[in-house]
Amino acid sequence: MLDKLKIPERHYLNNGHGLASWLLTKDHKRIAIMYLISISVMFFLGGLFAVGIRLELATPQGDFVQADTYNKFFTMHGIIMVFFFLIPSIPAVLGNFLIPPMIGAKDLAFPRINLLSLYLLWFGAIFATVAMVSGGVDTGWTFYTPYSTTGSNSHVVPMALGIFIAGFSSILTGLNFIVTIHRMRAPGMTWFRLPLFVWAHYATSLIQVLGTPVVAITIVMVGVERALGFGIFDPARGGDPVLFQHLFWFYSHPAVYIMILPALGVMSELISTFSRKTIFGYSFVAFSSLAIAVFGFIVWAHHMFVAGISTYAAMVFSFLSFSVAIPSAVKVFNWTATLYKGAISFETPMLYAYGFMGLFAIGGLTGLFLATLGLDIHLHDTYFVVSHFHYIMVGGAIMGYMGGLHFWWPKMTGRMYSEFFSRISAILVFVGFNLTFFPQFVVGYLGMPRRYHSYPDEFQVLNVMSSAGASVLGLGYFLPVITCCGR
Amino acid sequence: MKIFGIPIFPDQASTFAKDVDALYFFIIAVSAFFAIAVAIAVIYFGIRYRKTHDGEIGARIEGNLPLELLWSVIPTIIAMVMFGWGASVYFHLRRPPAEAMHIYAVGKQWMWKFQHLEGQREINELHIPAGRPVKITISSEDVLHSLFFPAFRTKMDAIPGRYTELWFDAQTPGSYHIFCAEYCGTNHAGMIGTVTVMEPAQYQAWLQGGGMEGTLAQRGAKQFNDLACSTCHLDSGQGRGPSLHDIVGKPVELQDGSTVVVDEAYLRESILNSQAKVVKGFQPLMPTFQGLISEENLVALIEHVKSLSPNATTAPATTPAPAAPPAEKK
Ligand code: HEM
Ligand SMILES: [Cu+2]
Repeated sequence: MLDKLKIPERHYLNNGHGLASWLLTKDHKRIAIMYLISISVMFFLGGLFAVGIRLELATPQGDFVQADTYNKFFTMHGIIMVFFFLIPSIPAVLGNFLIPPMIGAKDLAFPRINLLSLYLLWFGAIFATVAMVSGGVDTGWTFYTPYSTTGSNSHVVPMALGIFIAGFSSILTGLNFIVTIHRMRAPGMTWFRLPLFVWAHYATSLIQVLGTPVVAITIVMVGVERALGFGIFDPARGGDPVLFQHLFWFYSHPAVYIMILPALGVMSELISTFSRKTIFGYSFVAFSSLAIAVFGFIVWAHHMFVAGISTYAAMVFSFLSFSVAIPSAVKVFNWTATLYKGAISFETPMLYAYGFMGLFAIGGLTGLFLATLGLDIHLHDTYFVVSHFHYIMVGGAIMGYMGGLHFWWPKMTGRMYSEFFSRISAILVFVGFNLTFFPQFVVGYLGMPRRYHSYPDEFQVLNVMSSAGASVLGLGYFLPVITCCGR
Repeated sequence: MKIFGIPIFPDQASTFAKDVDALYFFIIAVSAFFAIAVAIAVIYFGIRYRKTHDGEIGARIEGNLPLELLWSVIPTIIAMVMFGWGASVYFHLRRPPAEAMHIYAVGKQWMWKFQHLEGQREINELHIPAGRPVKITISSEDVLHSLFFPAFRTKMDAIPGRYTELWFDAQTPGSYHIFCAEYCGTNHAGMIGTVTVMEPAQYQAWLQGGGMEGTLAQRGAKQFNDLACSTCHLDSGQGRGPSLHDIVGKPVELQDGSTVVVDEAYLRESILNSQAKVVKGFQPLMPTFQGLISEENLVALIEHVKSLSPNATTAPATTPAPAAPPAEKK
């Protein structure tokens, strides 16, 4: 079918070939491609650290690497995946490429700022790399104080700077999207005709603009306390260690929606396209994105139920946490209803969409366990949590990203991928994912805490299952690289 | 519990365990119901409405408001049930009964130190009697830690500068894991220990054995003299500091006119940051003991002061006290 398509003679891919024509471009499509390359590198770097993690955990003794090295592995894994892969992934690549054409605009509102956001991500990555090669960081991606300010003797300050700078990349992207969606819609493109992909990005952008500055400032406070000895978080100097957690999660909880909302937008497009129907309940789906973005800001303290917050505060935050579950459930039901009486076909993107629904459902439902106060006391900081957020972020967000990437790949590159191998990789990812992370729910309820480089013997079988599954998952993620470069 | 030799379910060794597990199974059941229902629908539609020929399109269905409201409201109701049930279990978990036996725990990179009122001190080991509620007051000497007893289904963070607490009623004699659940640096995974639940008689025997240096309060009394607290805090009340007799659990009036109830957090703050709350009628003369006293000795001192108030049943660790040191930096 693709051969029949007419590609214009001059398009963004052949419009100038020199390095400068790319690095100085203001074309949102070229910028998207550069983002695609950058975050792919990040993804495989983060994946390398994951391999290290799973190798270490294959045996209970912790004999593959030293404790310190392991701690740096999971810190680097988390930081790279969260700040340098997941947060930019769908918005910066697919959003950048697709939002202007979807609303009938030529480009984003601020093309230069768009290029600047890419450079900011790179600068952030340079600082992070400096921190990494000069010895790494061992605080975990959450940087909890007072360990990060006084306890750790790793390179926290350059890493904090890197994340601070990368944060501005995210803020600027969000700002650009908001202005573009408000001001640059083609005549007749009313709000309620916007593709749901655009709605999802609009909601995401609100979080990016409102939330990211908070984490940026918080991270700076950590750096200042470390470098200059201020007593913001360190109780020995009169600070409050729990204050950090409030500030951190005030951003980082909504941040998980920065990762998942765009994927939900992709899903709405894929499911309606491949069942050849309009989405069921357009406005419910559109508003549920906004509801998730708004509620996301008022549930942060559910990460702190055992951090000494008062019993009543815990009750309020538990109650509110359930409010996020409702719009998420609504989405799943509406997608299911969209399939009803459709004309469904199972090309690669739809396989990812099906896989997404399964993983997102499990990830979301296990969120209920964690929002339930009496139960979270036991589950907090165990592998149950690790599994839960991987189901959402890796299972959900990456399935969305991969599905979307396959769907729009021909549009972005003018080439088709191998349908056969891509289907295999979609299936491998789904199977490998469940093999990797389902055992972690079980080992978490058994009580295995997270961030352990060694563990009591009785947890071994489940950890071996997880490590074995990870190799299948890794293969699934890697296969598309071979099949798209091999053609 | 094991299936094919793989453990899948932790020991149930406390009264909470079955409450928490009941909640767990309830939510599993609800989740499984919805997950399976959606999975069946999605797979069935995928087969039933499979596209069969080119150009085929799906039916035109825009939505259905009553249906959508229904599937917004039903999950809301179910979620509220979970919330209510979870909150009631939590309430129980957070409220130690007045008669609970009291133990102090201090987290320190990378070990757990426990002190019994009777004087025993343990590291990464904890002995307790079965069938009796136990309350543990927790603090930290350096960074955050989290005291976690999976078999009892409870945990609580250890926060430098504050007291937090947890309690449980261990029912089944045996040995169970103690973990640190909050990442605390290099040897976080090594910060583990064993809690031994003993028959009450056995526990009494254990208490008698082993060389002790007197009870915790007695150790505190010795500190009280060694640190020269006794030179100002005369029993008569005529010293430069207020008498410490019979103050625990009672309100005390401060210089700025406000009052506080004397609890562990207040005592801790008054020792470490003595200028923070000066008692009415006294000069802010007391030196700060920040950095001069370890968390363990602090606890002993507090126990000593509490022993001077024989009528106070408990002094709950309530309000967080700021400004306290990780004393005794290694
Ligand atoms: C083959 C795939 C992966 C495996 C086997 C894996 C494994 C792990 C493990 C075992 C941990 C827990 C470390 C610990 O707490 O001790 C972890 C943490 C984490 N992973 Fe992954 N992971 C994978 C992919 C990903 C991906 C693709 C992302 C993001 C897109 C991701 C995001 C995170 C985050 C944010 C954490 C938390 C780090 C922290 O708590 O410090 N993971 N991963
Ligand atoms: Cu610890």
